[in-house]
Amino acid sequence: MKFDRHARRKLLSHSVAVLTGLAVVAVLYPLVSIVYEAAVRGGGVLFQNGFLTSVPPNGCTVVSCSTVGIGPAIVGSFIMVGLASLLAVPVGVMAGIFASEYRTRGFGRAVSFTADVLSGVPSIIMGAFIYGYFVLYDPSSTYSGFTGSLALAAIMIPIVVRTTEEALRTVPNAMREAAIALGISKWKMTLRIVLVAALPGVATGVLLAVMRTAGDAAPLIFTALGSNLYPHDLFHQPMPALPLLIFNFALSNESNWREVAWGATLFLLLVILITNIISRMVIHRLSEKMTGNA
Amino acid sequence: MESPTPSSSSSNRPPLARVLTKTLLRGALPAFAAAIVGGVTYVQGYTLGPFGLSHLVALWLTVAVAVAATFGVVAGLAYVARRWPDPTFFGVVAAVGLSIIALAVAIVGILVYNSQASFRAFGWSFLFGQIWDPNRQIFGVVPFVYGTLITSALALLIALPLALGSAIFITTQAPRWLRRPIGSAIELLAAVPSVIYGFWGLYIVHPYMQLTVEPALQKYLGWTGLFSGTPIGLDLLTAGVILAIMIVPTIAAVSRDTLAAVPAAQKEAALSLGATDWETIHVAMLPYARSGIIGGVILGLGRALGETMAVTMVVGNVDQIPTSLLSHGQTIASLIATELLNNNGPLQISAILECGLVLLLVSLLVNVVARLLVWRVAKVGGGAIE
Repeated sequence: MKFDRHARRKLLSHSVAVLTGLAVVAVLYPLVSIVYEAAVRGGGVLFQNGFLTSVPPNGCTVVSCSTVGIGPAIVGSFIMVGLASLLAVPVGVMAGIFASEYRTRGFGRAVSFTADVLSGVPSIIMGAFIYGYFVLYDPSSTYSGFTGSLALAAIMIPIVVRTTEEALRTVPNAMREAAIALGISKWKMTLRIVLVAALPGVATGVLLAVMRTAGDAAPLIFTALGSNLYPHDLFHQPMPALPLLIFNFALSNESNWREVAWGATLFLLLVILITNIISRMVIHRLSEKMTGNA
Repeated sequence: MESPTPSSSSSNRPPLARVLTKTLLRGALPAFAAAIVGGVTYVQGYTLGPFGLSHLVALWLTVAVAVAATFGVVAGLAYVARRWPDPTFFGVVAAVGLSIIALAVAIVGILVYNSQASFRAFGWSFLFGQIWDPNRQIFGVVPFVYGTLITSALALLIALPLALGSAIFITTQAPRWLRRPIGSAIELLAAVPSVIYGFWGLYIVHPYMQLTVEPALQKYLGWTGLFSGTPIGLDLLTAGVILAIMIVPTIAAVSRDTLAAVPAAQKEAALSLGATDWETIHVAMLPYARSGIIGGVILGLGRALGETMAVTMVVGNVDQIPTSLLSHGQTIASLIATELLNNNGPLQISAILECGLVLLLVSLLVNVVARLLVWRVAKVGGGAIE
C-alpha cells in the first residue's frame, strides 16, 4: 500500500515531465511549419532571377512583365522603416535615459510607466491615430510614405524607451558612484560612462524594435496604403511595403500573385529570423561577459 | 578678472556678456556673409522677374535678420549649456521624456475627437448597439466586442497550459544545455510578423480546421451547442487558435522569468521533505510565482485583444453577433483593418474610430493591470543616483 502510493507520486511526477515536454513540442511546431511551408511554397520564386528587383504582377497591367517580384515593396519598407527609426531612436533613447537616470524625480517613473503601457497599445490603433490626424483632417496630406513612417515611429518609440531603460538599469550603480566620486558631472557620467557601458544592449534592443515594426502591416493599411510601383515621392503618393504586399496578395485568387506573396513571406521571414538570432547571440555573449567580470 | 557673478562658484568661467559677444561675433560674421551672398543671388535671379527691387531688399533684410537671430539663439543655448550643463541635460531629456506622456494623451485625444460624430448620433447606446449596418447607417460596437472577447478567451484557454508547460519544462525539466535554445526558439515565435501568421493560417491551418478538427469537435462536443453550424474554417475558433500561437511566447517568457526567480531555498525545502519534482513545482514554485504568471497572462490578453492582421485573414469578417464558435466573426481590430478604407461615408469612419477608442481604453486598462502585477515581482536593478 505504502509502495503503491510512492509509485503513484513518482508516476505523476514523470508524466508531468513528459506533458511539459509535449507542450514545448506543440509550441514550437508552428514555427517549424511556418518556415517549412514558406520555404517550400516561396523558395522557387524567391531565388528566381530578378525577383528582388522586379515590380509585382499587378504593376504590369500595360505591358506584361517577363519577371515579377517585390522590388518596390523592399524599397518602400526600407524607406519607411529607416525614416521611422531616425525619428524614434533619438526620442526613445533620450526618454529612456530620463526614465532610468532620473527615476527618483517622480516624472521619471511616470515616463517609464507610460512607455510600458504604450508598448501594449495595438499597432492598428497607432495607425488609426495617425490616420485620424493626418489623412482625415489635414487636407494637404494624403496616403504617403511619410504618414506610414509616423505610424511606425509611434509603435517604435515606446519599445525603444523600454529597452533603453532596461539596458541602462543593468549598469551597476558602482560605476555611477565611481564616476561621481571622481568629480565628473552627471550629464558626462550618463552619456560617456553609463550609456557607453549599456550601448550594446541598447543597440540590440533597438534592432529588435526595428525588426518588429518592419513586419507590421496593420499601421500601414490606411497610412501608406501600398502601391505596385517604385516610390518616388515621400509626401504625396502611396508607398509600397513588404507586409502590405503579403496581405494584399495572400487573399488574391490569382495563383501567381499568391506565389509572389509566398516569396515575399520567405524573404521577410529570413531577414527577421536571422537578425533576431544574431542579436540574441550578441546579447547572450555580452551578458555572459558582464556577469563573468562581476 | 572682473566677474559680474562673484557669488558663482565657477569663477573660472567667462562672464555672460563676453561669451555672448564673442559667440555672436564668431557666428554673426559668417552669418552676415552668407546672407549677403544669398541676397545677391536673389537679386540676380529676380531683377528681370515680376518683383520690384524694394521687395527684394526687404526679403534680403528678412533673411539676414533671421540668420542672425538663429545664431543668437544658438549662441544663447550654447552658453546656457556650457554654464549649467547638468540642468540643461536634465531639461532636454525631461522634455523628451514628457513628450512620451504627451504622445499617450494625443492618441486618446485624436480618437475622442474623431469619434464625436458617432457619439452625437448614437450616444451611449453605441456601446450596447447590436447592429452594424453601413447601408442603413446604424452602428453599434457589440458584435465586435463579442468577436474580440471570444477569440481572446479561446486564445488564453489554449495558450495558458502550453505556455505554462513550456515554462515549467525550461526551468525544471530540461537538461541545462537545452534550456537556452528552447527559450530562444519560443521567443522567435514572437518575432514572426502577424501577417505571416495570417497567411500561414489561411492556407495551412484553415483547411485542417475545416476538414479535420471542426467535424471532430461537432461529433464529440456537439451537444454543448458551441459548435453548431457548418464547419467553414474561417471562423472564431480558427482565429482563437492562431491567436493562441501568437501569445504563447509572451506568457511563456514572463512565466519562465518568474519561475526562475523562485529562491533556491524554497525548492530545497520542499525537496528535503521528500517531495517529487512535480510536488516541488506545485507546492513550492507555482504559488510563489503566481502573481507573475497572472501578469504574463494579462499581458498575453492585451496582445490578443489588439492583434490585427492574422485575425483579419482568418476570422471571416462578418459584422454580426456570432451564434457559435464556428461562425464568421469580426473583432474590433479586424473591423478597423477591413472597413476604415472601404467605408460608407464619414459617419462610418467616425463609428469605426469610436470602436478603436473602445479597444484602446480596454487595452490600456489591461496593460496597466498587467504592469502593476509584473512590477511587484520585478527585480530592482541599477539606475538613478542623485
